[in-house]
Amino acid sequence: MKEEFIISAYSENHIGLLNRITIIFTRRKVNIESLTVSESALSGISKFTIVVREERSRVENIVKQIEKQVDVLKAYFHTNEEMIFQEIALYKVPTQALMESDQIERMVRKHNARILEITKDYTVIEKTGHKEETQELFEGLNKFGVLQFIRSGRVAITRSANERLSEFLAERDALLASIEMKSN
Amino acid sequence: MTAPSKEFMEMKQKAMQITGAEAVIRSLLEEGVETIFGYPGGAIMPVYDALYDFDKQVRHILTRHEQGAVHAAQGYARVTGDVGVCFATSGPGATNLITGIADAMIDSTPLVCITGQVASPLLGTDAFQESDVVGISMPVTKWNYQITTPEEIPTAIAQAFYIARSGRPGPVVLDLTKDAQFGKVDFTYKRCEKIRSYVPEYPLDKESLKSAADLINSAKKPFLLFGQGVVLSGAERELQEFIEKAGIPAAGTLLGLSALDSEHELNTGMLGMHGNYGPNIKTNECDVLIAVGMRFDDRVTGDVKRYARQAKVIHLEIDPSEINKIIKADVAVLGDAKKSLRMLTRLVKKQEHTDWVNEFHQAADIENEKVIQKDLFPVKPGLTMGEVVRMSSELTNNQSVVVADVGQNQMAAARYSKFSKTRSHISSGGLGTMGFGLPAAIGAKIGAPDREVVAFVGDGGLQMTIQELGTIAQENLPVKLVVLNNHFLGMVRQWQQLFFERRYSFTEMVNPDFVKIAEGFGIPGKQVTTREELKVAMKEMIDNPGPFLLDVLVEKEDNIFPMVPTGASVSDILLSAEE
Ligand SMILES: Cc1ncc(C[n+]2csc(CCOP(=O)(O)OP(=O)(O)O)c2C)c(N)n1
Ligand SMILES: [Mg+2]
Repeated sequence: MKEEFIISAYSENHIGLLNRITIIFTRRKVNIESLTVSESALSGISKFTIVVREERSRVENIVKQIEKQVDVLKAYFHTNEEMIFQEIALYKVPTQALMESDQIERMVRKHNARILEITKDYTVIEKTGHKEETQELFEGLNKFGVLQFIRSGRVAITRSANERLSEFLAERDALLASIEMKSN
Repeated sequence: MTAPSKEFMEMKQKAMQITGAEAVIRSLLEEGVETIFGYPGGAIMPVYDALYDFDKQVRHILTRHEQGAVHAAQGYARVTGDVGVCFATSGPGATNLITGIADAMIDSTPLVCITGQVASPLLGTDAFQESDVVGISMPVTKWNYQITTPEEIPTAIAQAFYIARSGRPGPVVLDLTKDAQFGKVDFTYKRCEKIRSYVPEYPLDKESLKSAADLINSAKKPFLLFGQGVVLSGAERELQEFIEKAGIPAAGTLLGLSALDSEHELNTGMLGMHGNYGPNIKTNECDVLIAVGMRFDDRVTGDVKRYARQAKVIHLEIDPSEINKIIKADVAVLGDAKKSLRMLTRLVKKQEHTDWVNEFHQAADIENEKVIQKDLFPVKPGLTMGEVVRMSSELTNNQSVVVADVGQNQMAAARYSKFSKTRSHISSGGLGTMGFGLPAAIGAKIGAPDREVVAFVGDGGLQMTIQELGTIAQENLPVKLVVLNNHFLGMVRQWQQLFFERRYSFTEMVNPDFVKIAEGFGIPGKQVTTREELKVAMKEMIDNPGPFLLDVLVEKEDNIFPMVPTGASVSDILLSAEE
């Protein structure tokens, strides 16, 4: 059964690594629903957050393939329930519509959205939330004609105490020191 | 004495600087490289120019095609266990390497390929002979990297070698821009010892080893499969000690074959589609299946849904991504095969499974009667591939390095060669690359100059890289080339016969006179069609101090059996077409 999974990977910030990771999905004909890459809490280490709808066993396999990449430190996967996640959406509506009734303002309040910029031609509204929530607001606003709409990839954080990335690096050092490699 | 002037110091500093191109060569020397296989061109000319001054320290083999260079580097790596090195220019030079790199990737062969690239300001401009080598090679390399400054060269090369040879080995591509080759650098070299984002192997987990030993100790019908991982980790002796102590019959994958002496009493032969009868049927009868350094390729497993369902599976493997990829392991032991096997041998009880081992012997008798006798002692006058291969094995006392191309010739070489030494069987497994054999034999001979290297190639595969006869001639390499010539793309024809109602669509070939071609290259050769001629000619080939091409006209429409047809279970293995 296909389910939605959130894959997280920590990696060195190297050119081309994004490509190395995405081809793992392409090769297996797995669609990436959303993808976010940015610097993690530690400088020089990037964090990938990738959302897919797939069977668990396939995701397990993909995550191992990601972790196998030389420049990837660690990769995990989680179900949606196991993580707290958000997406951000921006909506551009005609300012005219905002002036003509208070419906847009009410919608903004009800959805906990906020207004970022108002010009005489357009108004930009921002909302963070799950996809259903940003979508619902889109449908509401679109009654007044949304001029532009953009939704970000997902960012997600686990429910466990903290990221422990620095501890992870210390553990990794110990692990690497513990393996006596065959002499070449 | 007055202190040296500032100008003098600066001059001295400059003098210690070398070009990036020279830094490449010096870095390779630091890694112990003795042989480079390659082909020059515009974008890698500075490196070739630097190489000109190092002909005492390093041997460069000029192949006739970059594909030849990379397969030769693979052959070299497979026979020595060292990293194979090749050079190519940008654009077409680099793209010509790709087949070999893909082959090395799937067969875990350590390679460092250095490709020239246009100068960095030209990157992305569709400059002459620019191609996106990092992009193209990404799916088929363990790691790749583009070097655009001379300063990066030593570190990148150190990392490349470390990555290529450590853990599960694989190919690495370094794409080197021309300006990085021309630029100057203060050269210091430090070998790479670790990379924080990369865990080449995991330390042994005592718990899983203990669970594995428990399963093995209580097994009645244990069966061990050994793959190339055993060779790559140098665990041949550990493998033998383990099976001897625990009394476990064993069988090899195509790439694992020479890890265990063919004559060892517990060696039951080869696994897979054209493997031996016993190992295939017993896979579905054993109670504990121990897989060591192998990846359950579909040519080994047949239908996975009907593969070893009755058995508990123990998987000893260095690469975590192989665990549970195809066959779910009841016990997975991550780590280097040598260390795992050594530990496991300590934990298992001394046992014998005489009746169980006898079952393999009985299966071998059946195969012997139904297949092997017919191949080795045919009643028909036409020569079989099997008898040719076996004769070569016997004439070289099972000591030769056997290189094979792809197709029926490959399966005959694997089935009928006997091995008494490890790293003696070099064949393109995962990719099945026709054209691999001849250039791989070149690399093997250079890597093992004191061993007899016999390459079995098909008439089809030979013509894919036949130009490498030029390399053999130029280097005067005593490679023995046996063409198993059936005037067909034999393996495809076999499938057409068995599964496509003998519709021989584009598999018959009109061949040139291979002996004449060899002669044109200055390589002696003979063509044989009869049993009497064969023995004489093969002796002549072996005794000849230089290279030799033996064109053996074999039965045109023979088939390789046994066979597990695609989609069938290993236990449904066929012994003949009539079944
Ligand atoms: C590069 C490449 N192209 C096509 C194939 C498919 N293929 C597998 S075996 C084979 C026939 C090989 O013919 P030949 O070299 O004469 O060997 P034979 O089987 O006759 O011994 C072909 C075409 C392949 N393995 N590699
Ligand atoms: Mg043929």
